[in-house]
Amino acid sequence: MKQSFYERIGESVYRETLQNGLQICVVPKSGFAKKYAFFATRYGGMDTRFCLNGNWLDTPAGIAHYLEHKMFDTKEGNALQELAKNGAEPNAFTSNAMTGYYFDSTDHFEENLEILLSFVSVPYFTEESVAKEQGIIGQEIRMIEDNPDWQIYTRMLKALYSQSPARTSIAGTVESISHITAETLYDCHKAFYTPSNMILTVVGDVDPIHVVDLARRILPKEGGAEILRDYGTEPKEVAEKETSLAMEVSSPQFLVGFKCRSVAEGEDYLRAAVIGDLACDILLGDSSPLYQRLYDQGLINTSFGGAYEMMPGIAYLYAGGDSKDARKVKEEICKEADRLVREGIDQEFYLRIKRAAFGSNLRGLDSFENVAVSLTEGYFHGYDPFRFPQVFESVTVEDVTAFLRDNIREEQAVLSEIVPKEA
Amino acid sequence: VEMTRKQLADGVYLTYLPARKFKTSILSAQFVTPLRQDTASAYALLPAVLRRGTVTYPDMGSLEAQLDKLYGARVDYTIRKKGENQCVGFVASCIDDSFVPGGEKLLESVANLLGELICDPITERGRFVPTYFETEKTNLIDAIRSLINDKRDYADSRLLREMCAGEAYAVPRLGDEAGAEKLQLRKLYAQYGELIATSRLELIYCGSASMERVERALHAAFSTLPRETIRETAAVRPHKGRQEVLYVTDHLDVTQGKLGMGFSCGSSDTAALLMGNTLFGGSSNSKLFMNVREKLSLCYYASSLYHRQKGLITVSSGIEFDNYQKAFDEIMAQLSAVQNGDLEDWELEGARSTLLNAYSSMNDSQGKLENFYLGQAATGQHETPEELAEQVRNVTPERIFRAMQTVELDTVYFLQGKETAE
Repeated sequence: MKQSFYERIGESVYRETLQNGLQICVVPKSGFAKKYAFFATRYGGMDTRFCLNGNWLDTPAGIAHYLEHKMFDTKEGNALQELAKNGAEPNAFTSNAMTGYYFDSTDHFEENLEILLSFVSVPYFTEESVAKEQGIIGQEIRMIEDNPDWQIYTRMLKALYSQSPARTSIAGTVESISHITAETLYDCHKAFYTPSNMILTVVGDVDPIHVVDLARRILPKEGGAEILRDYGTEPKEVAEKETSLAMEVSSPQFLVGFKCRSVAEGEDYLRAAVIGDLACDILLGDSSPLYQRLYDQGLINTSFGGAYEMMPGIAYLYAGGDSKDARKVKEEICKEADRLVREGIDQEFYLRIKRAAFGSNLRGLDSFENVAVSLTEGYFHGYDPFRFPQVFESVTVEDVTAFLRDNIREEQAVLSEIVPKEA
Repeated sequence: VEMTRKQLADGVYLTYLPARKFKTSILSAQFVTPLRQDTASAYALLPAVLRRGTVTYPDMGSLEAQLDKLYGARVDYTIRKKGENQCVGFVASCIDDSFVPGGEKLLESVANLLGELICDPITERGRFVPTYFETEKTNLIDAIRSLINDKRDYADSRLLREMCAGEAYAVPRLGDEAGAEKLQLRKLYAQYGELIATSRLELIYCGSASMERVERALHAAFSTLPRETIRETAAVRPHKGRQEVLYVTDHLDVTQGKLGMGFSCGSSDTAALLMGNTLFGGSSNSKLFMNVREKLSLCYYASSLYHRQKGLITVSSGIEFDNYQKAFDEIMAQLSAVQNGDLEDWELEGARSTLLNAYSSMNDSQGKLENFYLGQAATGQHETPEELAEQVRNVTPERIFRAMQTVELDTVYFLQGKETAE
């Protein structure tokens, strides 16, 4: 087992790769009662088209999320209840590119970890239990369809991308999930829930050797082959410039999205994330001149915010909130990016933002969930997230200017709006 | 985390929570005042206006620049409801001193900033800056209106308003739109003066600094805080059940119906009700989760919440419109099951460990500790999480059934779609 100590952030990570290809990371946290385990597969809402045993398969939208729901079923009953009996709080989520199962508990940690590893690695579906889930997930889909935040975000992605499966809703639709059968679920489990496609992360006051031994004992001895996925070929141009939907909301909301250049895996991925976040803060963060100007003009309020996101094959920067004049805000963002590129970013301002961003990254380490998810994403994309202080040092103001010049342009922007329904 | 509570001045209390394991320190300053329909919006607006600027940092730009310099320290204004009290103020957080490159000390600077935001706002001719007031007033009205955007929160809030009509608990934390519309610049400044002089100030610190250092920093930061006769905070007054169940239906253009049910609790056995509620709908092991969701597939979520600081239970669920009666019947059937002790041992022990786990992991989150101790202080309760855990450990099944038998349906709220509105 390899131990790395990260002096600048006061953290250690123990890493081990098992024979079957499973990556294990343990982050010891002394003084904490809570122990957190996160078991994830590199398989998410985007992975609907893939190659299994030489054949390309097209699976229904929402299948990774459906599988996540059904994994809790076991031959003996339900793993949620098994974990809850020990006071553990289990749950799971499916994002575009991963599915993660987790729990936190203060007692019976190893027993709970054993349950987690078992139910995620051993599928148990029947046609009846698969059919039963249609009702539950159907209501989950109805719930998010009534949610303006979800609508506005999903519609922005559809406007940005014409080919990428980022267009597809992670949960699918009531129609698409009606095609899911026990057999397709077994196929997807077989393809993606192999130890060589997964990582286990444990955060808390635990013995790393016990974690590794337990994983070795419970999980399959062999890993599977690497699965090729098809994410389509995304053109440079956006799919549509504007999209709007009327809903039962109190005031208009918007998101502006900028289609950015996609990024290579490895430490460059982390570097790109740091540059993208800094660019976002400098362009439109709480302490940027643009934010203050738009806030004073009443064009935005405290709901306004932005972020830079990356997914397999794509990257985008987006920002939004409530506004009475979303077009004007979009125009001002583009103008401000032009100005920053033309006049250059003030060096003092840049250093201040970098200092603040460093502090916020450091404070993120107090969240066990955040630590586990960062290590998982880092593993899937080939970088070490705990090297962020070094990466921060390597980034220059020119990197940020280049990012703004290449990505924040009117022709790469889309506008997604939700407007109140007429009474 | 060992808690020490100390009075620093007239109506000013410090809750000190020493911890070395975090990378962050937090410092919270909260005014606690009885929640009232006629002052709720004004008090909700105050921290937002104060957050706009101080004499030293008169605008957002200089204030944010100062926070950036303190390694991305944050100062968020908060407006919370704790029992029948409204708590308004700021929660500040910064990286703990041991991680600051160059060994700079941040606690004193952050405490000073908090003190200035509260005691030394930027003013014009003896009032708040008019543009700050106007913008934040508009934002407050928008925030009150936007409650409708999240239908689950909206339904939960509508249920409480109907169920507790006439009681302070029905007043939303931000007040209502009509109250916010009436706010005036001159009057707000007077209300500000009154709030900071006459209401209790709760200060909460969690981090690695010694108590002496924290006290010194706070004394310096709040040296100009005016203190007059301090108003009492509101104690816990349990909701009195209705004679006849109240049924309320709203219609909106939505695809999913929301069923909310409110129950009064006749018992004051808190530990037994905590357990009873967890068994009923408080975890993924509960009767509601296992039956309404897993067995009957009626919903994605169906859960219950025990309002410890008001003595009532609410149930929240999202369902197909047509399944209203089915869901209602099943929820009532599951309540009866808990009342009749129709439970297996593992359900009981599972609920107990869920609660114990929640109490013991509270010490691992500064945010949860701050929120918990503020709630305790605001409602005049003194148990630590460890003491609550001890009570839960000792509660017997008989006590749970007896307490749950006093739980009675009081109000039913249903958010319907528009098509069937005729």
